[in-house]
Amino acid sequence: MSETTADPRLTGPRAAPRKRIRLSWSDPVFRSIVWQMVVVGIVVAIVWYLTANTNRNLAARRIATGFAFLSRNAGIPIGESALPYDPAVNTYGRALLIGVLNTLRVAVVGIVLATILGTIIGIARLSHNWLVARLAAIYVEVLRDIPVLLQLLFWYLVLQSLPAPRQSLRIGDAVFLSNRGIKLPLLVWETAHTGALIGFLVGIVGTILFARRARRRQEATGSRPPVWPVALVLLLGLPAAIWGALGAPFAIELPVLRGFNFVGGGTVSPEYGALLMGLVLYTAAYIAEIVRSGIQAVAGGQWEAAGALGLSRWQVLRLIVLPQALRVIIPPMTSQYLNITKNSSLAVAIGYQDVVSIASTTLNQTGQAIEGIGLIMAVFLAISLSISLFMNWYNARIALVER
Amino acid sequence: MSGTALSAIRPPAIVLGPWGWARANLFSSWWSTAVTLALGYLILRWSLDFVVWGVVNAVWTVPVNAQGKADATACYSAKGVGACWAVIADKYRFILFGRYPYDLQWRPAVCIALFIGLFVVSGLRAFWRKELALIWLVALTAIGILMWGGVLGLAYVPQDMWGGLPITLILSTFGLAFAFPLAVLVALGRRSTGLPAVKLLCVLYVELIRGVPLVSLLFMSSVMFPLFMPEGVNIDKLLRAQIAIILFAGAYLAEVVRAGLQALPKGQQEAADALGLTYWQKTGFIILPQALRVVIPPLVNTFIGFFKDTSLVLIIGIFDLLTAGKIAISEPTWQGFSTEVYIVLAAIYFAFCYAMSKYSHGLERTLDRARR
Repeated sequence: MSETTADPRLTGPRAAPRKRIRLSWSDPVFRSIVWQMVVVGIVVAIVWYLTANTNRNLAARRIATGFAFLSRNAGIPIGESALPYDPAVNTYGRALLIGVLNTLRVAVVGIVLATILGTIIGIARLSHNWLVARLAAIYVEVLRDIPVLLQLLFWYLVLQSLPAPRQSLRIGDAVFLSNRGIKLPLLVWETAHTGALIGFLVGIVGTILFARRARRRQEATGSRPPVWPVALVLLLGLPAAIWGALGAPFAIELPVLRGFNFVGGGTVSPEYGALLMGLVLYTAAYIAEIVRSGIQAVAGGQWEAAGALGLSRWQVLRLIVLPQALRVIIPPMTSQYLNITKNSSLAVAIGYQDVVSIASTTLNQTGQAIEGIGLIMAVFLAISLSISLFMNWYNARIALVER
Repeated sequence: MSGTALSAIRPPAIVLGPWGWARANLFSSWWSTAVTLALGYLILRWSLDFVVWGVVNAVWTVPVNAQGKADATACYSAKGVGACWAVIADKYRFILFGRYPYDLQWRPAVCIALFIGLFVVSGLRAFWRKELALIWLVALTAIGILMWGGVLGLAYVPQDMWGGLPITLILSTFGLAFAFPLAVLVALGRRSTGLPAVKLLCVLYVELIRGVPLVSLLFMSSVMFPLFMPEGVNIDKLLRAQIAIILFAGAYLAEVVRAGLQALPKGQQEAADALGLTYWQKTGFIILPQALRVVIPPLVNTFIGFFKDTSLVLIIGIFDLLTAGKIAISEPTWQGFSTEVYIVLAAIYFAFCYAMSKYSHGLERTLDRARR
């Protein structure tokens, strides 16, 4: 037996014969290199052509490129801002930062509210009560098939056609609905409240740690120490104790009508209210479908088997059904969260000053079109990427661990 | 003994008919009964209110004076208690066709009919063959000729006179027609193993576009695109928005197509390779026909999304259905009757989207059954 016919299993691994690239069209490696060079070449040529044109046009219009305009004086009036802002002194950079914060304010609150509403409607669609299930189904069908921009414009119209402050709709002496927005009572914030908030956060961490210990204990001994009394003490008792120790201050600032407008209290502007309402109602319809299909994806036998083991309905939902449903729910939910964030850019149509609105005003005033659009895209890419990363991390955590 | 025991056990009470159905589905428990009654009361009240507002007290027409100006006094006096459908009666031509010359509005009307016909034909499975591409080509060309005119004895209508529903249909349908081939190429590029540079370009394109809102792409088309072009070249606004929508749609469709490619068993590829087919033969005859068939329902859903998203061109001032509606209500005569116009616009969008989504649902079920 010659060496060339030796059983490869006996001789051990051998390096594959080195392939030499032949300069021939029948060589796949050579072909792929040529194809890639052609495609990349075309893309580079297009980019180069567009850049050359742009440079020529910018030179002709005497627009200097770069981000120097960010430190120039803005002069954009901004209605709602989380940071102190004065159009006379502050810069474009600060205006854009406020825009980013306004975008986040809509996106974060919108995601939370849409998730809650969508989950309720999704579960309602599975209700045994025919009327509830039908209503939820109609909600989903109607809201999904009307453009979100049209819905935004409609809600903005509704909020704007509320009566003037003097004739405003009111709930007691606390909440006023008028065409200036929704006025709410505001808690007068003091150190004790900050202390209570910190206490609450500490309570959350403590509860999680205790629940983990209880779980380990259960795995070791089979008996689970009750978590809820500890949670109650940590989550309610601790903040209340800190608040009480610091003098238990409690004062509420009510909105009061002075002349033609309200003074004091918190405000939800019609723009913010309409944007939030439109986005939440629209996205909730999609989330409802995701939640419904997620719950339906869990086989009915799971409910029955868990019931046979003696778990209560709530335990079955929490321990058996939800963990399985979440695996189906999370990936499409991520894309809905991304959609809500991206759709918040429709703010520009109803005059809420998010980052797109402020950037477009900026680029109209300064002519820095490329930088303005670039900033918008960078902000949204960053937000999208953060949401994706977080949701992917969460998805990996709850994913089925396969052997 | 047996006689008494048997007669003691009564069969379970089963009530059939509407009452039995209502017992099971509306009044199965105290809680359920309470919810049913509360919801039933609210629905009844609101629908009655709506009927009173929308039908009983509604103003359907108003007198029009010699100059063609409508007199909306009747509407103003009914405001708050009745709807003013007269705004639709007066403005429907403007909402549907925009500023298109009044006497020539049969042309965009025919275009709308052609679009609907095109959707219906594409939905029929008997037409799912190569000739469908030809039908699309012919229909889209005919629509272009009808809208522009200038040939066959049709008067020329410049693009900035177009508006209303045809613009919405043009942006979405032409968007799909051009984005689809792009999407297939990008999806194939993203799946390719031997071409890392091409794959990288495709991934970059898809992720970049999907990460930013359509509004930013539309802004790009309206303020940045003119900077890209050599001096003297001026592409009109609609075409620029169309390009933005094509690029946007391409990225989303590419992901849908990629899902179809991934769903295909690897054996199909290997068998085609074994037969000695070239890459394009393999893709064109084996892979794509199977992969695309699988993704038709999600493709329809994506298309519904684009159909709704075309309304965003309002923000850069293109005259689509929504913009036309908004301009119609900004007219001094009809200020304050926006709700009625919004309801009609919503109904138009809803009719298109609902029909498509029902179709896609039905198709999904049929395809599922066929696969089993």
